[in-house]
Amino acid sequence: MYLSRPAKNPARRDPTLLAGVMIGVAIIYLVFVLFLPLFTVFFEALRKGFGDYFRGLADRDALSAIKLTLLIAAIAAPLNTVFGLAAAWCVTKFEFFGKNVLLTLIDLPFSISPVISGLVYVLLYGANGWFGPTLDAWGIQIIFTVTGIVLATTLVTLPFVARELIPLMQGQGTDEEAAAATLGAGGLRTFFLVTLPNIKWGLMYGVLLCTARAMGEFGAVAVVSGKIRGQTATMPLQVEILYNEYNFVAAFAVASLLALFALITLAVKTFLEARFAHELAAQRWR
Amino acid sequence: MTDAVARRWRFVEPSALPGFKPAMGFTMVYLSFFLLLPLAALILRPWEHGWDHVWKVISAPRTLDALKLSFGAAFFAACINAVFGTIVAWVLVRYDFFGRRLLDAFVDLPFALPTAVAGISLAAIYAPNGMVGKVFAPHDIMIAYTPIGVMIALIFVGFPFVVRSIQPVLEDMSVEVEEAAATLGAGRIRTIIQVVFPVIFPALTAGFSLAFARAVGEYGSVIFIAGNIQNVTEIAPLLIVMRLEEFDYAGAAAVGLVMLTLSVVLLFVLNLIQSWISRRGA
Repeated sequence: MYLSRPAKNPARRDPTLLAGVMIGVAIIYLVFVLFLPLFTVFFEALRKGFGDYFRGLADRDALSAIKLTLLIAAIAAPLNTVFGLAAAWCVTKFEFFGKNVLLTLIDLPFSISPVISGLVYVLLYGANGWFGPTLDAWGIQIIFTVTGIVLATTLVTLPFVARELIPLMQGQGTDEEAAAATLGAGGLRTFFLVTLPNIKWGLMYGVLLCTARAMGEFGAVAVVSGKIRGQTATMPLQVEILYNEYNFVAAFAVASLLALFALITLAVKTFLEARFAHELAAQRWR
Repeated sequence: MTDAVARRWRFVEPSALPGFKPAMGFTMVYLSFFLLLPLAALILRPWEHGWDHVWKVISAPRTLDALKLSFGAAFFAACINAVFGTIVAWVLVRYDFFGRRLLDAFVDLPFALPTAVAGISLAAIYAPNGMVGKVFAPHDIMIAYTPIGVMIALIFVGFPFVVRSIQPVLEDMSVEVEEAAATLGAGRIRTIIQVVFPVIFPALTAGFSLAFARAVGEYGSVIFIAGNIQNVTEIAPLLIVMRLEEFDYAGAAAVGLVMLTLSVVLLFVLNLIQSWISRRGA
């Protein structure tokens, strides 16, 4: 066991005082910015003991929020996985006009405020939206329903899988697929037997980040859901509803479950990065 | 030249690989439905009650204050993260100490933790009766429900960007550069400032831009700690939500369009600065 070991190369050995101050500053910053908020979630959730904590989680509305959140993620993540695969296939295996425009578009949802990602669907499908009244006449409602939440969540999480796959597949080139095609393999066969095994861990990584974000999305969903308890309140929205009712223990109980999901995500992500470093594009998360 | 003329213009270069048409078709349909059509609505709808309405919404003091707060707090938060993110990246890459890998994994926490969870947690910490808030409250210093609180939330959401931008550059930097500096008699601190820092500076500006862009549009982690006091701690995304609650679609779209335009322009400028810096460094 050691606390701090000096750099192996003397040219990189910082003065002990400098190293100590830097480590100290970094740890204090991390404690205040990261660990204190994380700790507080669990602390506040358990403030009144385990009884109240589990009562908060077992509440009917909380359970329906958990179900809804899982449902949304189970729809949005596969949608964006198929999209990510299709987009990455075009971008990395072919040369075509306007590729950079396509890449910029795929990245765009990252630079849009989540609230705007929700707003745009209200502008389209809301009561005063472009298509809202027509759809309403057909008996179809999108805003304030699960459909609207799925749309907004899908837009927010659209880039995740594509952003992981594109640099990864770019690095792998087209040789293996070209060989398969020359040997007479069809498109699907080439994809499932040649491409997919090469990208499976990267794909999993992208899906992981996509799912995590889909479950935690707040701003976009807040705009389109209408926050109807037990119906269109996802877990993050349920947290807000409970908090605004000053039901802090219950709010933090639901929040602690989301924090637990986040910790599991981090653990799986760290494991994938450590174990399959060469089969990931090691992209930055956003 | 003749080569270029002889070649017919093609949308896609010929390839032995299958599947371009269906994959491209699906990609375009998907993007149109989820991204292009919605964006078209954002760009076109503000104008439906005419220029005057757009101008009235944008020039209202409440909107201007909200925009100032969103962009200002995001800027200061990104600055603070630039300083401390650099230190954290340095410590994580260059020092070997107990718990380093665990800390490294936790850097991504703000990406993984849902913003609403961070929001209520920060509000609880910095409220006057909270763990940190009560230290300052007796001195009449308020953190939650002030612009400082907004900035603290934005520091949280933007934190990983700078660290994750700088880390790979520090890792890939060859040791010879620093050896040369040491051999030529530069002290360690002088080497860091004059040799290492210029190398990581482009990555630092990139991380700064990402943190800034993310913070400008942030909603979930801010609204709880902000207290949403009109003209003081109302952020721009909150105004969109309020306009929508009043069914003022054009007004909401106008605020959204202004935010998007400002972000795009700012990111463009930051990109220019960044490429200028890296060209000068090269």
